[in-house]
Amino acid sequence: MTGRPADDEPILRIDNLHKRFGQTEVLRGVSFDVHAGEVLCVIGPSGSGKSTLLRCINFLEEPTAGTIYVDGEMMGHRVEGGRLVGLRATELAMQRVHIGMVFQSFNLFGHLTALQNVIEAPIMVKKEPRAEVEKLATALLDRVGLAHKAHCYPAQLSGGQQQRVAIARALAMRPKLMLFDEPTSALDPEIVGEVLQVIQALAIDGTTMIVVTHEMGFAREVSHRVIFMDEGVIVESGPPNDVLVNPSHVRTRQFLARITAPVTRAGAEGTT
Amino acid sequence: MVGSLTLRPESPSLDLRKWGTCNLDLRSGSSRPATCIVNGPSASTRADVPAPSTGTATAEPSAARLPGANALERPVGRRQWRLPGRGDLPRLVRKPARWTLLAVVLVLLAMLGHLLATSSSLQWGVVGHWFVNGGILAGLVRTLYLTALAMTIGIVGGTVLALMRLSKSAVLSLAATAYIWFFRGTPLLVQILFWYNIAAFVPRISIGVPFGPTLISGSTNALVTTLVAATLGLGLNEAAYMSEIVRAGIMSVDARQTEAATALGMTKRLAFRRIVFPQAMRFIIPPTGNQTISMLKGTSLVSVISLPELLYSVQLVYARTFQTIPLLVVACLWYLVVTTVLSVGQHFVERHFGRGESRKRSASFMERMRARQFDQILS
Repeated sequence: MTGRPADDEPILRIDNLHKRFGQTEVLRGVSFDVHAGEVLCVIGPSGSGKSTLLRCINFLEEPTAGTIYVDGEMMGHRVEGGRLVGLRATELAMQRVHIGMVFQSFNLFGHLTALQNVIEAPIMVKKEPRAEVEKLATALLDRVGLAHKAHCYPAQLSGGQQQRVAIARALAMRPKLMLFDEPTSALDPEIVGEVLQVIQALAIDGTTMIVVTHEMGFAREVSHRVIFMDEGVIVESGPPNDVLVNPSHVRTRQFLARITAPVTRAGAEGTT
Repeated sequence: MVGSLTLRPESPSLDLRKWGTCNLDLRSGSSRPATCIVNGPSASTRADVPAPSTGTATAEPSAARLPGANALERPVGRRQWRLPGRGDLPRLVRKPARWTLLAVVLVLLAMLGHLLATSSSLQWGVVGHWFVNGGILAGLVRTLYLTALAMTIGIVGGTVLALMRLSKSAVLSLAATAYIWFFRGTPLLVQILFWYNIAAFVPRISIGVPFGPTLISGSTNALVTTLVAATLGLGLNEAAYMSEIVRAGIMSVDARQTEAATALGMTKRLAFRRIVFPQAMRFIIPPTGNQTISMLKGTSLVSVISLPELLYSVQLVYARTFQTIPLLVVACLWYLVVTTVLSVGQHFVERHFGRGESRKRSASFMERMRARQFDQILS
């Protein structure tokens, strides 16, 4: 990894993030930094607020309280005359350009081929010239091993292939930060590996990313830091060998004990 | 049926039952070739087929039998002999309901054919003469452009109404709902008559500041001609129905598509235009095709306000010549010609917007016609 020194300005800074859906408080004060080139894995039981955390970072969900800075720029708000003012929809959309997101359910555009899926946003949002974008898209599809499927529609691709196209689609915007929301949870076990390999390759290339995952082996192999979340707060955070192997909190230990199976599977996964 | 038979398991149109008896011993895992016995009317031929490597071939030995096949089969695999089963009965006895219905349909068709050929009131010569008559063709053209105008109003208006109904604004949504409630709740014929007589309700139409000074003013009768009344009557009614079709189409697109587009930095507007609407089209096009065909026939309603479209043109002629039946047949034939053309057009438009829908590219029209012919030859 080619990350800058840790005391450098972080790519992502989250400060005291809260999110409430009606009566339920899903996030109850989450704060952390992610530096350039860092790979952060977020683990935790379902309902612990992992996905909501990711969706708050790019304002798919508007946080109830707290601030998010992406590369020094505050998400969703602007300070005007000492007060916070909400951004207009178009301004918020331009901020999202810097954050790539990969969903659990792929969400490829069904009426577009793999290549068209990748070039759509750079052309329509960033207004880049089509020829250049197509060159980049072809290179990205090749990087995820799907150059030969460029002209296939999503329905003609397997789940793993669809997810790899989705990764290429997010990368085509050249984001500063990639968010992966359980990228392999909807996949058959034997396909999980091909997607994790692509994500791992990105990590080795120095892509800054946050990965919400249940693949403990992947978390241990690839991440620089692991965050364990439960009930809307960060319970434990640290290097993977501390959090996953010698957790200091009871809740972390209980959670890891409940999902021991993935740890054994992980050995096979991390051999790349 | 002589000669060797090449079995291609991937060929969908190859149904073993149509060829004759085929016993494939799928239980034995040996590499020994299975034997296929083809029973023709007189000859019996053996064709060697390679033993299936996978168990995917679906040959049903007991059902795969034509009438007249030997009850005791040549021993194949472990199967030595078998008793005659239900499948050995002639098809006539096996499916009595189907054969009875077929007989009834054939008799009815024969009766209809006889009537059409011999009826003195039909006068095919008269039909042929009026089919290409200038006045009738002018009526046909009016029917066509009335359909086009009304459908344009219907589709544009329907899309606007659908977006209003889906809008977050309660006023817009309620206004659209009220519109749909009114136009779907009253008969189209009444609406057409209403527009035709609108001058009695609103004698003058003015353009100006609402409740303020008038800029242009004109008599309603001069403005709302018969054609305008017909177009408004048909189009505004159609908009109510189209709005429901468009709304259903938009709602059928997964909300996660919008979410993915948003995450890529698209605004709501762009995401709707580039991602949601093209996918909604797949659900909107087929019912819109039906609506267009229905509209084509619906234009005949405006004959009540004396607009000389196809039906009224025909009525004008038979009021003079009393050749009622032949002229109604002329109208029917023209409606059939146009609806047939529209159906074919609908097929191609559907295929365009259905791209990416299925795992395989949908077969083209010609491909399906060829496949159908091939099936008919086989059966």
